[in-house]
Amino acid sequence: MADSPQRIDKKSRYTEGRGIAGAFEGETVTRRRLMEGTALAVGGIATMAFALPGLGFALGPLFEETVPDRWQDVGAEGNFNLLSYVPKVMNINPVIGDAGKTTVYIRRWNPDVDKAPGDSKQPYVAISTRCAHLGCPVRYIQASQKFLCPCHGGVYDSQGKVQGGPPVRPLDRFETRVRNRRVEVGQRFSLNSQLERFPPRDPSNHLDGLWKYLYPPRPTT
Amino acid sequence: MTPPLPRALRRTPPKPGENGRNGAGNGSAAAPATKPATAKEQAVEGVAGAVGWLDERSGMSPFLRGFLYRKVPKGTNWYYTLGSATMFAFLSQAVTGVFLAMYYEPDPTRAYESASRITNDVFLGEFVRGMHKWGSSVMIILIFLHMGRVFFFGAYKYPRELNWIIGVVLVVLTLMMGLTGYLLPFDQRSFWATVVAVNLNASGPIVGPYLADFLRVGSEFGPTTITRFYSLHMLAIPGLIAALIGAHLYLVAKLGTTAPPWIRAEKKDLLREEV
Repeated sequence: MADSPQRIDKKSRYTEGRGIAGAFEGETVTRRRLMEGTALAVGGIATMAFALPGLGFALGPLFEETVPDRWQDVGAEGNFNLLSYVPKVMNINPVIGDAGKTTVYIRRWNPDVDKAPGDSKQPYVAISTRCAHLGCPVRYIQASQKFLCPCHGGVYDSQGKVQGGPPVRPLDRFETRVRNRRVEVGQRFSLNSQLERFPPRDPSNHLDGLWKYLYPPRPTT
Repeated sequence: MTPPLPRALRRTPPKPGENGRNGAGNGSAAAPATKPATAKEQAVEGVAGAVGWLDERSGMSPFLRGFLYRKVPKGTNWYYTLGSATMFAFLSQAVTGVFLAMYYEPDPTRAYESASRITNDVFLGEFVRGMHKWGSSVMIILIFLHMGRVFFFGAYKYPRELNWIIGVVLVVLTLMMGLTGYLLPFDQRSFWATVVAVNLNASGPIVGPYLADFLRVGSEFGPTTITRFYSLHMLAIPGLIAALIGAHLYLVAKLGTTAPPWIRAEKKDLLREEV
């Protein structure tokens, strides 16, 4: 005791307190703690080196803008009229065969009926058959002039506005244009209950009031 | 303290007088006068030797004895087997699933054909696929019965809360197995059911649409949706389930099981006496 000027505390975390040599000259951390820390850090780095790329690989599609701006020909102008819908099949995902096809109901924009504001206005009304509730395929019934969903009983009027059942917003539409007297269908867009245009949302996402800030738009066909 | 070896596994001591000395232990090697070992004795000796070899090198037997022959409280009844029944349902799903994976092709253009080939052409394919299909419902039913047993017997209380939490995670993972497996036959029903299920996930504010994107691998149901579901269904989720079943069982063995709630009142006086 007389030799050592300092009190030796055997439980101290530091070399000086315990009166032993440090990891290297002048260092206060013991060799054991230095090795522990190094082993943990190396193990952690090695784990992250495969875990992070793997995670990014799995989550990749979240950060990709995958949908190209493509237009699909659905027929000559003469095929469509002002009053009734003509069903047309288009590809939303050409790679997966029949599962990638969907039906679109198309008619000419009718100024007497269609009062949709702003850029919801298109030369042709192209209604997506993807139900705004949970994405089942809706069918248009000409006699009652309604879109009906087979899964959970959603009902839409002839403009795609919700009339009954669980859907949270009108049916989506597609951009349309006319090239060389042929009608072409392009990007999907979603609409709120006032038929104002929004970037495409997943089914089940509300678009009225504050809800439009709570659901991020997702790139989609 | 490990419980003693069960009688069937203990070596029978030699009968008095048979081997010369009474209770002399391994007399067979020492006494040349005994008859040569019969085939049955040799077989038993061979198995015992192999088990002994393993035990000497792994030190497993105290652990296994503690695990398999642990004491259970009075009042233990058939409802206590629901947990093991769920685990065997999982094992059955795992084994039949491995064999189904030998014939199934997770490709949007091949999935339906390969699934119907399993049912129609492959020897016993219909049976194995049927076991997997009906076994999935059996597992869901059993896991909820087990959960109900634990709940109504109060077996989730201290110190077993962690095991309850692990069990709840296992319930969720089992339901995820159902969800991801439902797509794989790739007929109209499973396709649209999956569309609906993914859009249900999308209905959560803020994170929902991203979760749906993760499940679909993109914003639309695409060519890799089925491979993603397949990989989740046969690799990621079963791996997690197996690991968590291990943790669940470890805690069961460590903490022991609870007596049914009606036992305590009956035994109160006796317990006090023992203390």
